[in-house]
Amino acid sequence: MAKPVTIQNSSVVFGNHAQKKAAIELLDGELSPQEIRERTGATVAVRNVNLDIKEGELFVIVGLSGSGKSSLIRTLNLLNRPATGKTFVGDRNLLEMSKKELRRYRRNDVSMVFQNFALLTHRTVIRNVQYPLEIQGVSKKEYTERAEEAIRMVGLEGWEHYMPSQLSGGMRQRVGLARALTNDPEVLLMDEPYSALDPLIRREMQNELIKLEDEMDRTIIFITHDMNEAFRLGDRIALMKDAEMVQIGKPDEFFDNPASDYVRNFIADVDKTRILKVRSIMNKPAYIAKQGDRVKDTLEAVKKRELSFTYVTDENRKFLGYVTLDQLKRSRGKTIDRLINEDETVIYRNAFLREAWPKLKEAEYALPVVDGKGRLRGVLDYDVVVDALAD
Amino acid sequence: MFETLLSGFWESLVEIPEFLEINYEATIQRFVDWFAATFDVIFGAIRDFVRRVIYNLELWLLAIPWFIFVILVFLAGWRLKNLTTGVVLGLMVVYIASSSLWEHTMSTFVIVIFSVIVCFILGLPLGILMSKYRPVEAVLRPILDLMQTLPTFVYLIPALMLLGLGSPAAALSTTIFALPPLIRLTYLGITTVPTEVREAGTAFGSTPIQLLVKVEIPQALKSIAQGINQTTMLAISMVVIATLVGFGGLGEEIYGALASGRRGVGQGFVAGFATVFLAIILDRLIQGVAERFDHSEGGES
Repeated sequence: MAKPVTIQNSSVVFGNHAQKKAAIELLDGELSPQEIRERTGATVAVRNVNLDIKEGELFVIVGLSGSGKSSLIRTLNLLNRPATGKTFVGDRNLLEMSKKELRRYRRNDVSMVFQNFALLTHRTVIRNVQYPLEIQGVSKKEYTERAEEAIRMVGLEGWEHYMPSQLSGGMRQRVGLARALTNDPEVLLMDEPYSALDPLIRREMQNELIKLEDEMDRTIIFITHDMNEAFRLGDRIALMKDAEMVQIGKPDEFFDNPASDYVRNFIADVDKTRILKVRSIMNKPAYIAKQGDRVKDTLEAVKKRELSFTYVTDENRKFLGYVTLDQLKRSRGKTIDRLINEDETVIYRNAFLREAWPKLKEAEYALPVVDGKGRLRGVLDYDVVVDALAD
Repeated sequence: MFETLLSGFWESLVEIPEFLEINYEATIQRFVDWFAATFDVIFGAIRDFVRRVIYNLELWLLAIPWFIFVILVFLAGWRLKNLTTGVVLGLMVVYIASSSLWEHTMSTFVIVIFSVIVCFILGLPLGILMSKYRPVEAVLRPILDLMQTLPTFVYLIPALMLLGLGSPAAALSTTIFALPPLIRLTYLGITTVPTEVREAGTAFGSTPIQLLVKVEIPQALKSIAQGINQTTMLAISMVVIATLVGFGGLGEEIYGALASGRRGVGQGFVAGFATVFLAIILDRLIQGVAERFDHSEGGES
């Protein structure tokens, strides 16, 4: 199960004990990180950061090198221990964990993909992927099975017994991703995973991540310095500069309300239609009826919300179609099941606006948005898209 | 007149005054005697044990027919390196067998093996401790530096003092002399494991022991194997010198040759080549093993 991640007033400071202590005193003041370093000798990498990452969200932290984004993500598995604040995964504060609890948390609930892959070069692909389970005392049969499954997920079947040095960069990072998936973590940390790859392979890997993310139920925190990558992937994006958060929001909010000139410059080269995804501007349907619901209840709910129709899903939120207000009014049946109009025109939530636009233009009203498994995830309104595309 | 006075005065300055003449020798000798007598139980036991091990090892090795060695070295050279290496190394064994130095070579070989094994048992943990704990590093580093600057002969003295003449003293001085590179390269191997790789190990919840055994040591194996290689080379060079503490082997032949002046040149060369060949064979084979542990890409970035 995915878990929300909450970072409260977190700061990461590097230096010896005395330097850190002096620097922490200055965190709330006006001095810049550079001035603090000159005064105390300590490096402030992250300063009073607050983040609320929702469960199942793909959250991207973007910033130039040295902005503190890597230091921040490392606080989520305590490779860096924050000097101040609290870090919650679910309802557990990481900073209060004992060594044993921390080890259990790292083994079961969180995993990380590294910029330079960080593969164990002395182990074959499958022995890399099984490592997180192997160290937990899981039986050989089980960890082999689960490792094979993870390898399949990232499309590396047939490469199990190769050494990392025999693979290309993109394939190595697939190994890194598979290794991070074997322990089925609630939170997946990706620290600039594609920065070391060629642009073409990077694009391919991004698309695969989007697809994978759709099938998985976990919170992903993704670090990058590439704004295009951030917008392509992120449900929400946080922009960091000089150890602090500059702006946090959905992709379109960065275009609509850039918090500063810095943000405006940062997004200047980004082509909106190519990077804005349906999911980032879709709305939640005002009401969703379930298969088997009674006509009376549905009618009431639709009327109350002043709607002209409602979408219908099955028990598992799989999209079935819609029922109009008129149908409900005229119906004599008990349940809505026979009223459902099957609608083939749906939009995939990870589609980019450019791809969704033609369908929407033809429909001229709202269209349902589904995920890879056909579950209803939202509704895309014509007006919203027009607004988003108009600068 | 004045000159004679002056030169007389000068001579009195040149003369070392009597009160400065201290009998260090007797003092040290007394200390050594006391030390040896006090710890005789311990060192006596060590001496007997080492002597027995070396004696038996030598017996076993001499019980193996020479051509088995030729075949084994050929196969190892071939599998680990290539066919040419196998053939050349095999021929070197044939040379040693034909030079009527087989027994000498085996005694030398036994001391080398014994010392390298002891070096490994001591050096690996020391290298690991050194890489993990700053204070250990702070203590060991200057000692290692010192050990590499001391003249080789110096190593014979403590061995002699503790164990007396014979093969145990040769083994001890060889071990001490050959130990530093193994410690250093183990330390180097472990400290140069890429930070990200170590972090990955930690991030997935390894215990410190798991990190050491499953990540750090395997990553450092190439460096450790190189350490074993250097240690072996140093051991071979030291065994020759260890002849001075009453141990035979190839060194004995070489010293014999040196002592006989020009008439010994032939004998010296024959034994010298045997020593060099022994070194080359061990060097190639250990390097071949070390390359097995090299998982870097070789050339590609």
